[in-house]
Amino acid sequence: MQFIRERFAYLFNSTKGLILVAIAMIGMETTLFGMLSGPMAEMGVRDWVIKNLGMQIVQAEREGRIIILYHSIAMAVVAIETYMITSLVRMKTFYIKAVRVLITIGYILTMIFGMGFAYWGHNWALHGVYIASLSLIFFAGLLLTIGLWPWNKEYNQPDPAYASIRGFDMERAAFFTTALTTLISVLFGAVPGSFFGNGFETFLAENIIRYPEKTPMEFAVIGHLHIMLALICVMITLIIGRWLDFKGILHKIAMPLMILGAIVLSLGVWGVVTPLEPVAHMIIYVGATPSMLAALMLVIFGWDKLIRQGTANINKPGILQKFGALLNDPLRFGPLWQMVFMNFTTSGVGIFMAIRLDEIFRVWPAREERIELTGHWHVLSAIVATIILLYYGDMIGLQGKVRKLYGWAIIILSDIAFAAVTIFEMKRLGVSEATQQPLVNTVMLLIDFGLGMLLVILAMVMGWRLLDLFKSKGRWTEEIDHELAPEVK
Amino acid sequence: MMGTIRLLARETLLQAKKSRFCWKLPQTCVLVVTILLLAGCATVDLDAPIPSFETGIDPNAWATIPAGEFLAGQAAEKTLIDHDYQMMITDVTVSQYTAYLTESLAAGKVKTGEYKGRKAVIGFYPGDVFHNVKHEEKIEAGEWIFIPLDDPASRFDFDGVKFTPKSGYENHPMTDVTWFGAWDYCGSNGGRLPSELEWEKAARGTDGRALPWGETMVLNQANFYANRDPFEDMSSFGSRTSPVGFYNGNTYGDYATLSNASPYGLYDMAGNVWQWTGNIYEGMHYRFMRGGSKDTYAMDLRAWVRNNATPTYFSPGVGFRCVK
Repeated sequence: MQFIRERFAYLFNSTKGLILVAIAMIGMETTLFGMLSGPMAEMGVRDWVIKNLGMQIVQAEREGRIIILYHSIAMAVVAIETYMITSLVRMKTFYIKAVRVLITIGYILTMIFGMGFAYWGHNWALHGVYIASLSLIFFAGLLLTIGLWPWNKEYNQPDPAYASIRGFDMERAAFFTTALTTLISVLFGAVPGSFFGNGFETFLAENIIRYPEKTPMEFAVIGHLHIMLALICVMITLIIGRWLDFKGILHKIAMPLMILGAIVLSLGVWGVVTPLEPVAHMIIYVGATPSMLAALMLVIFGWDKLIRQGTANINKPGILQKFGALLNDPLRFGPLWQMVFMNFTTSGVGIFMAIRLDEIFRVWPAREERIELTGHWHVLSAIVATIILLYYGDMIGLQGKVRKLYGWAIIILSDIAFAAVTIFEMKRLGVSEATQQPLVNTVMLLIDFGLGMLLVILAMVMGWRLLDLFKSKGRWTEEIDHELAPEVK
Repeated sequence: MMGTIRLLARETLLQAKKSRFCWKLPQTCVLVVTILLLAGCATVDLDAPIPSFETGIDPNAWATIPAGEFLAGQAAEKTLIDHDYQMMITDVTVSQYTAYLTESLAAGKVKTGEYKGRKAVIGFYPGDVFHNVKHEEKIEAGEWIFIPLDDPASRFDFDGVKFTPKSGYENHPMTDVTWFGAWDYCGSNGGRLPSELEWEKAARGTDGRALPWGETMVLNQANFYANRDPFEDMSSFGSRTSPVGFYNGNTYGDYATLSNASPYGLYDMAGNVWQWTGNIYEGMHYRFMRGGSKDTYAMDLRAWVRNNATPTYFSPGVGFRCVK
């Protein structure tokens, strides 16, 4: 009993244990449900899984199933970000404990009962618990936002190296703003979710994108999915900034930009359900610009710091030595690189599409446009996941060759997959439907290879952590008291 | 080409193994990616021989769909179609369409010429009302492209006077035809393109089923992406069209099919080619297609799934059938 109690305390009471559980849950869910689509379906794996796990797949409910699947994975990601925030940012113990309890119960029940409802028949009790679990997560978010309240003098920033106005901590304000806008943005999904979900008549946004007339509820769904993902990205940027101890002049410029970006971006997206809809996109562009500039400043700061630290012992380092120092630690270089890489696979594609929408993309059939839309946000979500995995690698103390191999494998494998997805999305620019198959085969192979190997690496880490739990003096015994704030690099 | 690539890949892997490639991950990845990208540039033989089968299904036959309510859309809402109508039991075939083209060209109803820099068959369309909605494009009265004449994926030949199906494609669905080309064919034959609702009712009957034959998708019941039919080669040209009515329960060689007939006896209402429908919606120039195709995953074969494109769009995965 003692054995179980101690492990349970680690897994559900410590920051690193909670993050481990959430990563493991996402890994298992991704592996299982990833077998139901794409090449796995082609190879017959999908049918085998459905049959042997007794899933009840109704054709008309595919969109509903997928929405629940996305939500259950996203809730675990939000939980991981929340654990990180509560461990990195000063907060009253009550809020830390309450937020963690609520969000942990919330995301686990969301996964179990949401997926149970979606894939194993319509037991409405399961749906009820799923909705209740999402509500718990919302309540956790509410407490987190209160806990992050930046106007409490206790949380003033005395160090002039960080962004502050008369002690008012701008970084904390950025965390607070992002949490608050996320909470409000949740409502833009919850209201239409109730409207469509009650009749189980939901839809995927990418399927209605070309319709000239959309209802406010449809606009709300489209806005919700965009802003939630954007704010998850803003939050992970803030988290990585804190981990790398972002400070100095760039921090002082970046934090107000982060706040401004989160507010304007959110206002633009919320605006799609108001009479502001015709200009909402312009507001969104205006809001996205400061957010991305702030992220760029973090990248410049972080890479400069890596170079400085890596060349500290060298008198007048050359360009190659600086480059070597930059790439020396993939776990710290990687998250920032992924933010840069995101511009090729997501922002770049999005901007190109926006500029040439009618000339190129809307000449193609809707199905092609759907591939681009779903592709670029899948990549964005996966980039967030890789950033979390890179940070997690540092968190669990990977050292030496293992650290390098783990870090570079995540960066290279994921970027191969993401680049291949981007080629797949944009293939019509260079190849016709009739002659596309060799290219499709190649990029599919690269996607499967990249993501498959990534999951294998994740499985190895999870396997190692599982075995570690059986040791009386395993790494978990050290991690049980670790917090992230003291480990800021 | 493929043999060289395979040899190169094998050699690379052997070399990598010798040099303990686990610790040379970046180099190995770059090499593998390069080889794969080279493989991705392989050319496709669009005129590769295609197996020929007689399906026994008459493409000149029509089925009657009676007036009445049916369950429409993903949410299966009761919807009334207040008239009987007849629909072709198969897609328009290459034989049928080339015969129409030859006749129409001879009669001066269509002509050959250039459309936006490419050789094409062009013909008159009276235009649509323009509402000036965002993204809407004008479809004015004038000459529009019916089919391209310079697309290597076309399944017909043209000698300047006569259009003839390429060998083996006579009973395949006519593809590479724009909405205008489909619209004119149906009109010239005393019919019209089906509305989306007419199409959907014909495909799924009145009981709300997702697919013409029921609920479950089986590989040998419709032509969709990677369904392993005798016409596809996923390592080369990918999926190709199948003869209309191919999936009728017959066995062809060692390939046994299940019938995909709809409750009204229409074939290929799921898969093979997307089918143009006739609706013109206010504020948008896009035309809608139904049924999924040889190039789509099974999810697009569900009866309510819509695809759309500009009316000038043509593709080796898009065809049509008519109603009257």
